[in-house]
Amino acid sequence: METSLLLTLLLAPFAGFLFNIFFGKKVSRNISGTIGTIAVAVSFIVSLNFFFQINSTKQPILIDLFQWMTLENFNVNFSFLLDQLSVLWLLFVTGIGTLIHIYSISYMHDDENLNKFFAYLNLFIFFMIMLVVGSNLLIMFIGWEGVGLCSYLLIGFWYKNQDYNDAAKKAFIMNRIGDLGFLVGVFILGYLFNSIDFATMKTAIASGQSVDLGWLGFATLCLFIGASGKSAQIPLYTWLPDAMAGPTPVSALIHAATMVTAGIFMITRLNFLFDLTPDVQMIIAVVGAVTSLVAAFIALVQNDIKKVLAYSTVSQLGLMFLALGLGAYEIAVFHVITHAFFKACLFLGSGSVIHALGGEQDMRKMGGLRKYMKVTYITFFIATLAISGIPIFAGFFSKDEILMVAFHENKALWAIASLASIMTAFYMFRLLYLTFFKEFRGTEEQKHHLHESPSLITFPLVVLAILSTVGGFISFPGNSWLNGYLTPIFIGAREEHHLDGTTYMLMGIAVIGALIGIGMAYSNYIKKSQVPSEDSEITGFAKVLYNKFYVDEIYMAVIVKPIYAIASFSKNFIETAISGFVFGLGKVTNIVGNQGKAIQNGSVGFYLFVFVIASASFIAYLFLAQ
Amino acid sequence: MDVSLLLIILLVGAIATFLSGDKWASKTALVFSLAAFGASLYLLSLYNAGQNINFIARWISVPNISLSFKADGLALALVLLTTALTPLILFSSFGNSYDKSRNFYGLVMLMVFAMAGTFLSDDGFLYYIFWEIALIPIYFIALIWGNGNPQSRRKAVVKFFIYTFAGSLFMLVSFIYLYLRAGSFLWADLTSVELTAREQFWIFLGFFMAYAIKIPLIPFHTWQAKVYQKAPAVGTMLLSGIMLKMALYSIIRWQLPIAPVAAKEYMFYFIGLSVAGVIYGSIIALKQKDLKKLLAYSSLAHVGLIAAGIYTLTLDGLRGAVLQMISHGFVIVGLFFAAEIISRRYNTTKISEMGGIRIQSTKFTSMFMILVLASISLPGTFNFIGEFALLYGLTQVNIWVAILAGTTIILGAFYMLKMFQKVMLGKKNEKLFADVNFNEGFSMVIIIAVLLFFGLYPKPIVDLITPSLEQILAVINRI
Repeated sequence: METSLLLTLLLAPFAGFLFNIFFGKKVSRNISGTIGTIAVAVSFIVSLNFFFQINSTKQPILIDLFQWMTLENFNVNFSFLLDQLSVLWLLFVTGIGTLIHIYSISYMHDDENLNKFFAYLNLFIFFMIMLVVGSNLLIMFIGWEGVGLCSYLLIGFWYKNQDYNDAAKKAFIMNRIGDLGFLVGVFILGYLFNSIDFATMKTAIASGQSVDLGWLGFATLCLFIGASGKSAQIPLYTWLPDAMAGPTPVSALIHAATMVTAGIFMITRLNFLFDLTPDVQMIIAVVGAVTSLVAAFIALVQNDIKKVLAYSTVSQLGLMFLALGLGAYEIAVFHVITHAFFKACLFLGSGSVIHALGGEQDMRKMGGLRKYMKVTYITFFIATLAISGIPIFAGFFSKDEILMVAFHENKALWAIASLASIMTAFYMFRLLYLTFFKEFRGTEEQKHHLHESPSLITFPLVVLAILSTVGGFISFPGNSWLNGYLTPIFIGAREEHHLDGTTYMLMGIAVIGALIGIGMAYSNYIKKSQVPSEDSEITGFAKVLYNKFYVDEIYMAVIVKPIYAIASFSKNFIETAISGFVFGLGKVTNIVGNQGKAIQNGSVGFYLFVFVIASASFIAYLFLAQ
Repeated sequence: MDVSLLLIILLVGAIATFLSGDKWASKTALVFSLAAFGASLYLLSLYNAGQNINFIARWISVPNISLSFKADGLALALVLLTTALTPLILFSSFGNSYDKSRNFYGLVMLMVFAMAGTFLSDDGFLYYIFWEIALIPIYFIALIWGNGNPQSRRKAVVKFFIYTFAGSLFMLVSFIYLYLRAGSFLWADLTSVELTAREQFWIFLGFFMAYAIKIPLIPFHTWQAKVYQKAPAVGTMLLSGIMLKMALYSIIRWQLPIAPVAAKEYMFYFIGLSVAGVIYGSIIALKQKDLKKLLAYSSLAHVGLIAAGIYTLTLDGLRGAVLQMISHGFVIVGLFFAAEIISRRYNTTKISEMGGIRIQSTKFTSMFMILVLASISLPGTFNFIGEFALLYGLTQVNIWVAILAGTTIILGAFYMLKMFQKVMLGKKNEKLFADVNFNEGFSMVIIIAVLLFFGLYPKPIVDLITPSLEQILAVINRI
């Protein structure tokens, strides 16, 4: 029963993929989209079922299908683990996935390759489920690379544009850098534990098996490198903003709500290993905090609505890594969930805006849209409040808990994260004001066409806005359902932060900070009616920020160009040299043997002759030797 | 029934193809290659049932040479690779027409016969003869039916012939020396000769010259790219899909068990050289402007990794290497076939003249994409299985070497996706590109099915090769 349910969960999206690849062009566009959506909805329903089962029985379900890989010291099976962590992830992956599929039916309606779009989205959900439910690191890795593939296919969905293809390729290659880290981590863990099963490793640690902590630290560091590729952390984050080249539903689903949280999922899965390597945890916390700040800085001055959201995603992911590094896994998970709600809402809202403006993404050419797009505006506003950390909205609770842990563990990290949060409030309200307030700054023709998006687009927005409002209640401060729910994935008991004076003080500081950020945005863009200047007029530090600290250029100069230079040198010089040497050797032989003519002619008869003579003399020699 | 029947089918097939006339040559060859594939499957079932399928007969008493063919799981795996790929390669060529096709297909069958013989020979001298016979047909195939300027083609092909031939002579010398000590060429006798470390070193080196050139490993690879480029598609597929596996297989079968002390002593040098080839090949592939040459350098990188895995002398390294040999055989044949499909339509292998193909050919794009993904070892494809085991084997030797070799997963993605983008994507190409026809699609689908099936369920192959590899490892570790 459980096996067939699990197979349904996995294979429904895969069936959707196959259907849309092979028959999608033959059926009408609506059927293609509807089948894609139903495929994911089926998985959502199964996920709900598993969630309720696990929530009540508290027993993880392990399903072993067949043996996959064989190694000397361990085997790797196709087996799946449904526990508190994986079903929680399944819920929001398939839930938000379903909403975004619904949205896409309308959003992508006029695209000539609509069937392919749904096929890739379904395939993505399939791999994401695989990633989440795998019971060992390599099944997880199938999903891990699979979602990377779908990301590649969807970023480059409009493949006629080579810039988009470049972005897709960049995403894949940068992820692969992380993937090498992932694999090396797997190798070391396999060597240390003779197993890469989550349950086996956890049992080994829980039963006090001694592990070489030096190697374990190496492994967790490598795994973190893997996580930082997938979840866009320094130094591997630059692919994510470029990934916005993909259609907006893709940005919402893959590059905001689900795939980019895979690194957080993996580290949470292996919490018992990371807990043993505090040095690596410290690295994770610092990288997370710095990433959140750097990305927030860049987001301050971006004018492309999706770019702002992309950097905001990087920044929020940084906060999650900060929580992971501080050992507060359940808080990181909490922020993953609330972030999935409000960031999906924001991306889909921006898609609705871009849709209404006929593809315009530059906020300098927007403005005043709240009059024309009421639903989009209200939902967007709610999600903005949530990400800015305004009380009762979902982001407030999760972000506040991260700041609270940081305050208790390390004041410097708390200060960095708080600064990033204030900046978040600023740039998000900047985005809101520039897009929805004041007068419309686009062309007359665009203004004429301004309209609210159809209900297939607004319905997901409304659902996500509601979730962005109430989603925080799953982990109410002092009385957290989520923390209790997740306890079994850890070894031993978890410490619970209680509400006290410090908590209230920190909440107060965070809220005031957010209000300051909002106030600054209000003053700039509402009171003073500023509009960001043209690209050429940006100067000073703003220019550095606008150009993203020139990180792409630096990578190009320091890594990509030298590789190409080495490639050219090898191709033009070393290859010629080796070839010349070998051929020169041949020529010397010719001269010595005075057989130049025959060889120049390439007469194979000559070589056969040599072959026969050589063999004959060899055999003759053997006879004589007897 | 024993393995000699398989060789007879192939040899008779070659002769029959010669005699069948130009019109029927390709079909005759296909029929015999399918029969050979069927025979190998039957042999596999006999082997799995525990029956003796070896063939041993006296041949020449002085010197002591016997017609001894033995098939263990390892040899069978490689024979199956050969006989499975041959019909695919032949069928894929049905879209081309060759002058004097009876000669062409006859030579192909002769080469396949020789390669199968190389895998099955248990007698060193017999093995050497098959090894050399395999070289002659490919020489003519590349020279007569190849592409491009005849003058530069001849130069490349002749260089290849002399080079590999010269390398093999070193192996011959090693065999002669061994014979003088053992009084026999049989594998069992050669591996039980007591040799000093110094003797082992020279014998090891003699074998190495032959194999390093044939595989090829850097810096012995300079013949490769041009020959792959100039040879007709069938020749390139035979070379890259099967022939270079002959050399990799021979390291496991002959070089390591005969000279294990040298193998252990100098392990790091050979691993180092192989891993250097992985990186070097990948980096040069980045700069290639010719599709077939790019694939040649990708092949250089992949076989470097395989050789590195073999020289680890670990079970994981060896098993990964053999799995990778098989998966690489399929994927590289598929990729060269993709290049051939393009060049049938655009009459070029220059990447700059391609691009904008995806928009015109959904099926071809999907197939090519899957092959590219298999080539960069995406999990779920057969290539991942071998690559993971290989790298894990390398980790057991030295983690930094494994990480260096592991850069292949980054660099491989780099040059393959770059190639795919330039060849397939972008605005519509002005030249018309017809999507794959049934024949082309058929070969492609089979290759892809193999890559995906064994990517999820490699156990049959693992179970086939593991006992043989354990036996060979036991021989290697006898001292």
